Amino acid sequence: MNIHEYQAKQVFAKYGVPTPKGIIAETVEQAVENAKELGGPIWVVKAQIHAGGRGLGGGVKLAKSIDEVRTLADEILGMTLVTHQTGPEGKLVNKVYIEDGADIQDELYFSVVLDRAAEMPIIMASTEGGMDIETVAENTPEKIIKIAIDPAIGFQGFHARELIFGLGITDKAQQKNMMKFASSIYKAYMETDAEMIEINPLIRTGSGEFIALDGKMGFDDSALGRQPEIAAMRDLSEEDADELEASKYGLSYIALDGEIGCMVNGAGLAMGTMDTINYMGGTPANFLDVGGTANAETVAKGFEIILKNPNVKAIFVNIFGGIVRCDRIANGILEATKLVDVNVPVIVRLDGTNAAEAAVILKNANIDNVIAATDLGDGAAKAVAAAKGEK
Amino acid sequence: MSILVNKDTKVIVQGFTGKEGTFHAEQCIAYGTQIVGGVTPGKGGQTHLGQPVFNSVKDAVNATGATVSMVFVPPAFVGDAVMEAAEAGIELAVVITEGAPVKDMQMAKAHATKHGMMTIGPNCPGVITAGECKIGIMPGSIFKKGNVGLISKSGTLTYEGANQVCNEGYGITTAVGIGGDPIIGLSYKQLLQMFQEDPETEAIVMIGEIGGDLEIQAAAYIKENITKPVVAFIAGQSAPPGKRMGHAGAIISGSAGTAKEKMDALSAVGVEVVVSPAEIGKAVKKVLG
Repeated sequence: MNIHEYQAKQVFAKYGVPTPKGIIAETVEQAVENAKELGGPIWVVKAQIHAGGRGLGGGVKLAKSIDEVRTLADEILGMTLVTHQTGPEGKLVNKVYIEDGADIQDELYFSVVLDRAAEMPIIMASTEGGMDIETVAENTPEKIIKIAIDPAIGFQGFHARELIFGLGITDKAQQKNMMKFASSIYKAYMETDAEMIEINPLIRTGSGEFIALDGKMGFDDSALGRQPEIAAMRDLSEEDADELEASKYGLSYIALDGEIGCMVNGAGLAMGTMDTINYMGGTPANFLDVGGTANAETVAKGFEIILKNPNVKAIFVNIFGGIVRCDRIANGILEATKLVDVNVPVIVRLDGTNAAEAAVILKNANIDNVIAATDLGDGAAKAVAAAKGEK
Repeated sequence: MSILVNKDTKVIVQGFTGKEGTFHAEQCIAYGTQIVGGVTPGKGGQTHLGQPVFNSVKDAVNATGATVSMVFVPPAFVGDAVMEAAEAGIELAVVITEGAPVKDMQMAKAHATKHGMMTIGPNCPGVITAGECKIGIMPGSIFKKGNVGLISKSGTLTYEGANQVCNEGYGITTAVGIGGDPIIGLSYKQLLQMFQEDPETEAIVMIGEIGGDLEIQAAAYIKENITKPVVAFIAGQSAPPGKRMGHAGAIISGSAGTAKEKMDALSAVGVEVVVSPAEIGKAVKKVLG
């Protein structure tokens, strides 16, 4: 789960990480009130969406007067912001964060993520802040410091020294500021079950303080149950409506831009099914994992969600029953054809637990547009042919 | 021969009396697995599925001599359960539970390693030695005895791969579902080595996914250490960048961890890489002749 910048800064503040003062607004009037309360003389008006690259997309602007705050808030609220992380369709801006302007001497980069190879969190920092860190990693990898922190011992003095010497911080007071900054962020990362914290830029002010000018946080979904304060920050308007609807029924759905709807059990086989469709010359319309407890209702819901997409010309149901019993899926398909108008060919491949019973159920039902397949390759080939209008 | 588990392996179940634990323990017993007891704190002294229930893993190990634990406890208790098993002298913990917090697994894995315990999973179908011992949730009937070892991140692709291998007239020595979470126990490298050393295994199928770099590490390991033929499939060639596909592990970030990168790395070291999972069986036939 991801949260907005202003929410990440609330988390930072709780852990003593310095951030500029700011207040969130949902209307232009609120934005103006916030600006007055902050006092100025300079404000930054920042679009709040779950994507990076907001500045380049025109979603972060500097205001030098209250009137300018009004104009900019009016412009940014309700705009569809397109950045390299939103996709071409962009994201609607519902909230703006009004923040004090900061005295920037230079810009650094700071993040904490899980290093899967080391199996522990890793701090990444660089003097090359304010730009895309992937570009830095590619062009000047030596400018990125990486420090793995063993959670069993936590953030120690030697980690801090590696960081400050690596960043070339020589001033005693600044060294102390950076040590405190880093240990506070690490603490926030561990205590909130974060998956990722990224601060870009982390600025050094003229007076030698380090301040988080931006903040991105992502969390481990599996830990949200014990993080009620974090879970409460979830913004459903940032999530895809169809994906959200699917998740209510235990389905994991992601829309794609092809023609063949897929309904599969297991994330791996679901991806493998999409790969096979591609390999056979077709295009998948979605990823859909029905999970381990599929029944008639969830299968029907799956059909309904797939068929909402007008590009779908055929549906490939590919189930390898382990925990999922194939006869249940077969009944689900029959049920679905009663509940939903399934107006495209449905290619069905059911294998594994109770596959024989399932075949009998489907055969006896004798539905026109349900086509049986013997295995994965056969099913994908039939689905590709059906989508092209061949029999 | 086989790897990790066989007909003599003594297994306990953590989360024995729960709904999932009960259902799957029953299936494992029916397959022939020696389930010698289980652990449910507070229910020590009772009998469940004809086997004794203990309050702690330590009690269970002392009384039964079990060396392997199958873990079915709820997600929030997985870390605790794994650490308890490690301290009680269990040699291998097979963690089936899905949705364990990543931070807990970091701690638990480090603790397990310190105590010399291997883990498989979490969020995986488990491990099966065909015809001898099933520790997990896979449908046992599709795993016919044979000479192919199988390692997979994905549960259903494990079944798909094993089924194709068997349909081509071959069979399975041992199949291991390693799971796709950010922190997992045994990985390709260790299992490839075990299959290399197992005289019965003649070929190895490895099934991977986008995200992380375990398959890239495996390619480097295969180049130096594996002489047996390897067939590989990487799921997610058609996954759009940055989209998450169910498994927490299946995330593409930048260029690292794409299916293509992994397929190229494996091809380069002589692995028979298939583009579609429907070709796994045929590829095994090709390498075994």
